[in-house]
Amino acid sequence: MENKSEYIEDLRVIKKVMEESSRFLSLSGLSGLFAGLIALAGALIAVFAFFDGKFLLQGGYFAGKTAESLLQLKIQLSVLSLLVLILALGVSLWLSYRKSVRKGLRMWTPVSKRLLVNLMVPLVTGGLLIIIFYFQFNWQLVIPSMLIFYGLALVGAGKFTYNDVFYLGLIEIITGIASVIFPVYGILFWCFGFGVLHIIYGLLLYRKYER
Amino acid sequence: MKVDISGLNKFFESRIRLGVMSILMVNDSYDFNSLKAALGVTDGNLASHLKSLEENDLIRVNKKFIGKKPNTSYSATENGEKLFRVHLKALEDIIRNK
Repeated sequence: MENKSEYIEDLRVIKKVMEESSRFLSLSGLSGLFAGLIALAGALIAVFAFFDGKFLLQGGYFAGKTAESLLQLKIQLSVLSLLVLILALGVSLWLSYRKSVRKGLRMWTPVSKRLLVNLMVPLVTGGLLIIIFYFQFNWQLVIPSMLIFYGLALVGAGKFTYNDVFYLGLIEIITGIASVIFPVYGILFWCFGFGVLHIIYGLLLYRKYER
Repeated sequence: MKVDISGLNKFFESRIRLGVMSILMVNDSYDFNSLKAALGVTDGNLASHLKSLEENDLIRVNKKFIGKKPNTSYSATENGEKLFRVHLKALEDIIRNK
């Protein structure tokens, strides 16, 4: 009979191969941390540049504005949002790529393709809705939609990467629902969902899987 | 297929066959190139192990075309899943009891 260490090695191989082939493990905790910081920076810029330093979205803020200045505000906010999105995504991808190289993992696998599809369906749906709300003046629905659809995307993606992502998704959805109930605090909910939660989860993932 | 008294299956002594089965236990299907990359083996080596897995009714071959490129993917058969589970349990039992 073979010795026991052979069998232990067999089991180790089985576990490793199963994990690597069914979950995307290159996701870097640091990307969560930086995405959160970028989100907070973006929110601060928006508040101080466009909302007179006010974090609360009181009704009537847009009442006195001319159509022209409203359009300008919309364009400026859109550009800022896009920059925040691109920067956060870019940094996340770059850090995950670095982690995959360091750990000898491959980024582009059948499971990462499935992860991407599961992320993109709710994200693109939400994104289109948000653009429509935005231009229909349904401002109140923009922030909740961002949080809720992002949460749904994470819940769906959780099956294909670290399980923690599933729970992050649930918290994002709850935050989104809360922001529908209390629209005045929209910016604060947004900062919590995209800033604070990302930072907490990023650090948590980093401590759990990368140290 | 030889299964010894403790439930270990001789067929799974090969790490490559063991690896292929592990992947197909947690994925509905997996294509040739991804299997190759996941296990870090050569074309010929993988192909011969896949052939023997297929001949012993442990895996199923699905051939299809993506555009004009042939794409071959593999799935575990019910028989394959059953035999793998027995083997896995035997491995765990041996390690726990010794």
